[in-house]
Amino acid sequence: MSVPAGYYLILAAALFSIGAVGVLIRRSVIVMFMCVELMLNSVNLTLVTFARINASLDGQVLAFFVIVVAAAEVTVGLALIVNLFRLRASTDADQVGALRA
Amino acid sequence: MTPVLAQATEGGAAELWTFIIVGAVALGSAFGLILMRNAVHAALMLVLNFLAIAVLYAVLQAQFLAVIQLIVYAGAIVVLFLFVLMLLGVSREDSLTARVPGQKTMASVLGVLLFVSLAAATAGPFLGDASVCGSEEALTGTGDGVPCLGLAAVNAAEGNLRGLGFLLFTDYVWAFEVTAVLLVIAAIGAIVLGRRQEDPSELVEPGSTVLPARRGSGSAATEPGAGPTDADEGAATETSEATPSEGEERT
Repeated sequence: MSVPAGYYLILAAALFSIGAVGVLIRRSVIVMFMCVELMLNSVNLTLVTFARINASLDGQVLAFFVIVVAAAEVTVGLALIVNLFRLRASTDADQVGALRA
Repeated sequence: MTPVLAQATEGGAAELWTFIIVGAVALGSAFGLILMRNAVHAALMLVLNFLAIAVLYAVLQAQFLAVIQLIVYAGAIVVLFLFVLMLLGVSREDSLTARVPGQKTMASVLGVLLFVSLAAATAGPFLGDASVCGSEEALTGTGDGVPCLGLAAVNAAEGNLRGLGFLLFTDYVWAFEVTAVLLVIAAIGAIVLGRRQEDPSELVEPGSTVLPARRGSGSAATEPGAGPTDADEGAATETSEATPSEGEERT
């Protein structure tokens, strides 16, 4: 009655797939961004699980860097979304067909 | 470490139940995230998911990352998301109807395929008895599956936080410094992007010459025969009324 490490990896794979499906089916840019965060978290879960499997803290250090980079990414991404909303008055991804302003 | 957590990290039945409950919460909140129509509800589902993952970190012997997950993700990042949601207006409901016909079906099929391939690729060798971290089979190397060594020895030697800090400032110090530069660049980029670029002619400052000119013309039109004290009072009330209307014009 215990948990093999693979169960955590299966859970992380499921969360990653759900996040990917969310990016594909949602139309609001903000919710798509949230789904990207979900995918980053699932990858972090995989890293931490492998760190436990290998009895080494390197995976946790890498997960730490992923968290830092995700924080920076959220800052810039949300600023871009706010700018996009000012330009188009909408956060619908379908409204942004072209990159021209 | 509390006794409950210690029991959970040593491969007992507590870990199984923690995994089942918290994993169900994580999966359910992830589905809620992609199915909620309202973006604020989706953000709250995201918080729930982050909390569940933080609990899983604690079970996986990554205590420092569990706390960081709570502070950075559930604290800072989700608050940032909610800020932007409130800023852009929350009343609009996101329509879930797909523009491409069959988009949701195709996305679901692709998601299932992705899950199967990912699970087979990553979790395949780690499902046997030996992959139970800290178990007899893992320590002796018997049983099927790749043995999970577990972090109990590493964390007991010098502690999770101390070990992480040692690695960060020795092996990964270059990446650490680059990360600092990245954070500064991101902060500057967010400030530059978030700055509102307005037409300088439309800018009305509170102490500029626009307000006295309007005040003089308004008081002259409404109170032509009043004395100087009355005119001053009218002007005062008019400026207090004019300021919010100008605020509306600016926004």
